[in-house]
Order: sequence, then structure tokens, then C-alpha cells
Amino acid sequence: MFAYYLDLALRSLKRNKALTALMVLAIALGIGASMTTLTVLHVLSGDPLPGRSGTLYYPQIDPRDNSGLFPGKEPPEQLTLTDGQNLLRAGRADHQALMTGGSVPIQPDSSSLDPFYVEARYTTADFFPMFGTPFLYGQGWAAADDEARVRDVVINSELNQRLFAGADSVGRTLRVANTAFRIVGVLDNWEPSPHFYDLNTGSYGYTEQVFLPLQTALGLHMDHNGSSDCWGNGAGGIGGTYPSEECVWLQFWVRLDSPAQVAAYREFLVRYSQQQKSLGRFVKAPNVRLRDVRQWLAYERVVPNDVRLQTGLAFGFLLVCLVNTVGLMLAKFLRRASELGIRRALGASKRALFTQLLVESGVVGLVGGAGGLLLALLGLWLVRHRPSDYAPLAHLDPTMLLVTFLLAVGASLLAGLLPAWRACQITPALQLKSN
Amino acid sequence: MEWRPILSTLRRHRIPASLLVLEIALTCAIVCNAVFLIGQRLQHMQMSTGIDEHALVQIQLAEIEPSPDIYARAREDLAVLRQVPGVQAAALTNQVPLGISSSNSSIKLDLAQRQPTLNAGTYFGLDLPQTMGARLVAGRHLQADEATNVDVVLKALATGDAKQLPAVTVITQAMAQRLWPGQNPLGRTFYIGPVGVRVVGVLADLARANAYNDATAHYSMVLPVFMGVGQNQSYLIRTRPQDRQAVLKAAVAALKKADPQRVVTRQRTYDEVRSKFFENDRAMAGILVGVIIALLTVTALGIVGLASFWVAQRRRMIGVRRALGATRRNILNYFQAENFVLATFGIALGMLLAYAINLFLMLHYELPRLPAIYFPVGAVVLWVIGQLAVLGPALRAAAVPPVVATRSV
Repeated sequence: MFAYYLDLALRSLKRNKALTALMVLAIALGIGASMTTLTVLHVLSGDPLPGRSGTLYYPQIDPRDNSGLFPGKEPPEQLTLTDGQNLLRAGRADHQALMTGGSVPIQPDSSSLDPFYVEARYTTADFFPMFGTPFLYGQGWAAADDEARVRDVVINSELNQRLFAGADSVGRTLRVANTAFRIVGVLDNWEPSPHFYDLNTGSYGYTEQVFLPLQTALGLHMDHNGSSDCWGNGAGGIGGTYPSEECVWLQFWVRLDSPAQVAAYREFLVRYSQQQKSLGRFVKAPNVRLRDVRQWLAYERVVPNDVRLQTGLAFGFLLVCLVNTVGLMLAKFLRRASELGIRRALGASKRALFTQLLVESGVVGLVGGAGGLLLALLGLWLVRHRPSDYAPLAHLDPTMLLVTFLLAVGASLLAGLLPAWRACQITPALQLKSN
Repeated sequence: MEWRPILSTLRRHRIPASLLVLEIALTCAIVCNAVFLIGQRLQHMQMSTGIDEHALVQIQLAEIEPSPDIYARAREDLAVLRQVPGVQAAALTNQVPLGISSSNSSIKLDLAQRQPTLNAGTYFGLDLPQTMGARLVAGRHLQADEATNVDVVLKALATGDAKQLPAVTVITQAMAQRLWPGQNPLGRTFYIGPVGVRVVGVLADLARANAYNDATAHYSMVLPVFMGVGQNQSYLIRTRPQDRQAVLKAAVAALKKADPQRVVTRQRTYDEVRSKFFENDRAMAGILVGVIIALLTVTALGIVGLASFWVAQRRRMIGVRRALGATRRNILNYFQAENFVLATFGIALGMLLAYAINLFLMLHYELPRLPAIYFPVGAVVLWVIGQLAVLGPALRAAAVPPVVATRSV
């Protein structure tokens, strides 16, 4: 029976080629546009560290005085060096890392390569085990090395490729900002997106190529890159002169595995704030936050507004395309009232007619959906060739492919349901009589 | 024109008619808001910076070996740059208007004030306004003897030694107006943190580096602080517009020759700075234009499709009307009027929707209210598109011969 309906549907669609083309094109355009924007939105609001992000937390405390341009009651988005070191040394979490961004000159040994600048991360040792960074060779430095200010460095695979042609470079020497460092690890491809642990450097498309122990880097006055917010007499510092004590400029991440640990850590942050207040360092009453990765990204509004706006726009467009198709399909079905009347009179049940019409609209939907998928691929290709920093991320993943498919089928069936139902309400006798 | 038959016919085709009305309404609502968004973006992209944009180039360097004396290095670089043929002026700056990477300060009018009055872009430099071509409208420029080296300033801030801190500043008219509305800003003092600075000059305009918000984009000040060379500092060079590329190349070569131990991290014309700053807005405007065209096309084609169906369905009725004496024009007018009625319903509903969408956008995206002018203009545009779309089917209807009445289908 289905084959017969399909045959009827194709015949009917062939009869009005221009109209069929219009309906298919409208659905394809609508689905193509919505899938392109939805995929971009999906990619941008993706989980930077799947499986881990649920246990990573970003403690915030409030060391400011009662002035400054910080809106509302939210504590600052980073820590001062003193607070960062205090929280780090307290070691109340399973893993914790204090970090900030920088950029450093790399001076290759070989004379064929000119010195060049790369993005750097100055961090403490737990960064690697906490974030689960994959290592191609070697590993990170040990926690004890942080205080000892060892001159160890972890580089990423891109830099390893550039300097050592991809060979195992562990144990070799790397000159960074006029200082010899020993390579202890080479990261495999690791580009969490968004760059959640420090959003000041840009949320997407930013990767550090070298990772240096924080104390070592600060001791050598390597250039700081990123945001610093100050109050009171604070001054933001420049290059190797770091922001003063009244400035926040470091990020601190902790790993907490259970809700009990989270509650205990929040408690600890409050106690720490109270203690600092009694010491005279803090002025405000304890004002702490402990957000996990998702909450942090949402709070920081990482996904660009324009991307949300584009998604809304595309779905509005899809809605217009669907309404358009429903209207045309309905007009078409009603025009065939006499034909349907005859079929009814000859004994076809309402149900059979309904199925037949639904098959017809389903064909339009499927072809439109397939076209929409192609348009979405084209759309994503166009997005990738735009200059925005998230451009390289715009790829269709299996989830979105499935969503596209479901959206196409769902949309077209939806577009077919109303016309098919309406056309089935025809009284057969009336239709036969009128002709 | 007889409206009654039109309305009663539409009532009999209630569902298709209401779908077309809905489609027109949605299109109207989205197009109104999209056009409004485009207007906002274009207006934002027109932002003035107050500087001589086509005459400027920027060079940024990073040192491999830190200079022993960053100030001497910078002074020597500036001297070298001024020797390059075609260079009219050169200055060291910590940021450029629309340069994204920015330095900002909170400003208070009174030290006891709890909340700052405003936040302003903070330029450090001396002859910066002159080099950039920012016009002075009152007072004077900063003078060489007022400059302080940045490390002295940082030290003085830490120790609270007010004598070593910058004491004078040049601000923009927009900032002066916001701080002291309607008054002469010259000689007045405001506070950056605990540091009081006196206004000695007023610039017509100078946009800040992070000019995302049109309302605060022109709050900028220049402080007489000499930064010396550093990763985040850059040289701004003024030349004739047609010499920019040649001067850029020659200047980079001269700087490299003066100190080979450094890497050029940035060399660009100021036009590139502006273009980069607005690149997302440009892309968004382009996307919006595409959506508007697609929407209007789909809707117009939908009208054509539906009207064609109705014409085909009513061939007999048209034939009867023609046989009873209706002219071709009567038939044509009938379908035009029908479309007009549908479009009017659609537009009315669309205006309400447009307003609702605008309210939503105002709430979530800090957009201003949709100006009233959009409503009549949007209505006229949709009426015209509707009439154009229905013209073809209506002409076909008018061409139906009266003899159809006597034939069976």
C-alpha cells in the first residue's frame, strides 16, 4: 500500500513542478539556515572538557574596597596574587591550580629559525592532572617543583612540530625569554573550547603553546597577558611589572568530586574571607561564589549575542517557510477535493486518504530536508571562511546531523498534517455532486 | 469595489487564507526588526574616532632581549621613525581607538564618592592627539615637561607620593559634557583612584579602544605618562594617505635596523584597525540582508502559489462572472483587492508581532525601541510586494474567457 501511495504522491508532485520545487526549496532554505545557526550555537556552547567539567569549580572571593566600577554584588572574576597563593597553599581541594596568561619569546637553537613569540600559560602543577591534558611525550612537572621554581616547561604538539619536527623532545632544552628551560612534557592536541579556564584571552580559537611553572615565570618577570582589574591605589602593571596587590589578575580552579566537598569548599571560602577581614585585608562581608564550568561559562555569557540572535532569526525564517508550505500544500489538497471525493466514494477510508496525503507531504519534507542538509553544510563552510575567532569550530557533528534529520522529517510531517487532515474532512457526496 | 464577496469568499477558504495572513505577519515582524537591526549596526559602524584615520599606520614590536632602558629605546625609536621619508609625526601609545585591547580608568568627581561617575579610555602619551590628528577645541596640549615615566608613576602609586603622579590631562568633549554638563571643564579636577588630575585641554573627539557601547564610546582622556617600549605599546605614525604602505615598510625596516633583537608583532594601517573592529557587525548586517531577501522572496512566492491555486479553482466562477458582464479589469481588481485584504490583515498582525519581538530584543539585547516610522514603511513595502506577487495570477484570471461558464470542468 505504501508503494502505491508513494506512486500517487510522485505523480501528484510531478503535475505541479514549479509548486513542488517552491515547497521543497522553502523547506530546504528554512532547515539549512536553522541548522547552520543551531550548529554554530551548539558548538559554541559545547562542553570544553566532557566528563570532567562537572567536577571543576572556579572559586571567587571579594577582596575589594567599597568603591570601584564592579557592578552589583558579584565578586571579581579573578584573584589577587596573595589570595591565589593562600588558597593554593590551603590545598582544600583534591586538585587546585593557580594560573594566568602570558606571551613569551622562544629562541630556537638552530640559526635557521628566527626568535618568535608564542602564547604562554603560567600555572601550578595540578593544571595537567586536573584538566586531564593528554600527553604525547613525558608529563607535567610535580607539585613540589612549583615552590622550588624549577625551570621546567611543557610545550604543545604544534610547537614541538615547529622546533623538533615532532620528535620526542622530553629532556631537551628550550630557551624562553633568555632562560634555559628543560622540556618535561609535550601535550597532544588539546584545545578546550571555549577556553574556559581563562576567558580574558578570548573565548574561542586561543591555544597556549608553552606552559611554565607560575612561580618560575613570575620570578623571571615574564610578560603578563590578560585582564587586570584594580581598585584603590591599584595599578594594572605593564609587561613584567605585575599588577599591584589591589588588582585581580589570576585564575584559580579546583576539582571537587562530591556535593559534600563543594559545600565544604564554599564554607572554607567564607571562613577565609572572614579571616582576611579580621586581619584587615578585606573590607567587605564575605562575598563568595563557587561555580562549575557550565555555570561559569553561562555567567560570563561566553556565547556571542549575535550567534543567539542569528539562531532566533533562522528559526523565524523556518517558521515562515513552514507556514508557506502548509498553505500551499493545503491549497493543493483542497483543489483535488473531487479526486479525493471519488476515492472516498469508491470505498477508501478517511484513514487511507490521510495516509496517502501524508506520504505526499512526507516526500516533500524529506527532499526538502536533504536539500536543507546540503545547504547547512554549505552554510557551515561559509561560516568557517568568515574571520570570526570561532570560525574553525563550525562543523556538523553526529548529534547535529541527527537533529537536522529529525527536524526535517518532523517539520515536513507537521507541514503535512494539517492539510491532510483538512482534506480528509471533505464530504464525498458533495464533491461528486458539484461536478 | 465590492468588498462583501471578497470577504465571504475568504471566509469559505478560512484556513489557507489565515495561513497566508500568518505568513505575511511573520515576515512583516521579522523584516521590520531585521531592518532595524541593520540600521543599528550601520550606525554603530559609522562611529567617528575623531582622528585622521586614513593618514595613520601602527607598528607593534616585542623584544627578545629586554632593553636595559625602555625609555631611551622608545625615544631613539621615535627619532628613527621621524627620520623615515614621508613620516609627518610619530608617537608611542598604549592603545589606539577601536583597537580592542584597552586601558580604562574609573573616574570620580569627588574622592568621597562611592560609585564612580564614569569609566574612560585612558591613553598614555604626550603628543598623541597631535599625531593622531585629534582636534583640540579648548585649552592646550600636554607639554613635554609634564611627562612622567611609567615606573615612577607605579612607584608613586604604591607609596602614595602625589608629587610624582600625573597632574594634568586632556579629555574629550563628550567626557567633559558628562562630567560637568554645560560648564567649562578647563581647570577642573577629577580623580582616577586617589589621583587628582586637572583638565588643561579638550579634544573634539577621540574614541576609546573598546568602543562597544555608542553611549560611552567617546569617553577618553590622555595622561602625560611615558610608557617606554613594551609588548603592549605601539608606534603610531602619521603620513600622507597614499604613502602609507611605503612608509609602513620603511618604518619597520628602520626600527629593525635600530634594534635587530625584536619581533614585529603587528604592522597595519589604521583602516585595518577599524575594519577589524567592525568585522562582526558587518557580517551580521550581511546575514540580516540575506534573511530579509530570502523571507520576502519566500513570502512573495507563497502568495503567487496560493493565488494561482485560487485562480485555477475559481475558473468556472470567473467564467460565470465574465459571462454575466464583468470586464477583465473587474476580475483583475477582484484578485488585487483580495490580496490587499489579506496583506492588510497580515500587516496589522505583523505590526503587533514586530512590536513584541522588539520588546523581547530590548529586554535581552539592550536594543532601543523600534521607531514608529518602521510601521507605515513596512506596511507599504508589504502591500507593494503583495500586489506585485498577485499580479501574474490575477492577469491569468482576467484572461479566462466567458465561454468557460458553459463548459463543464
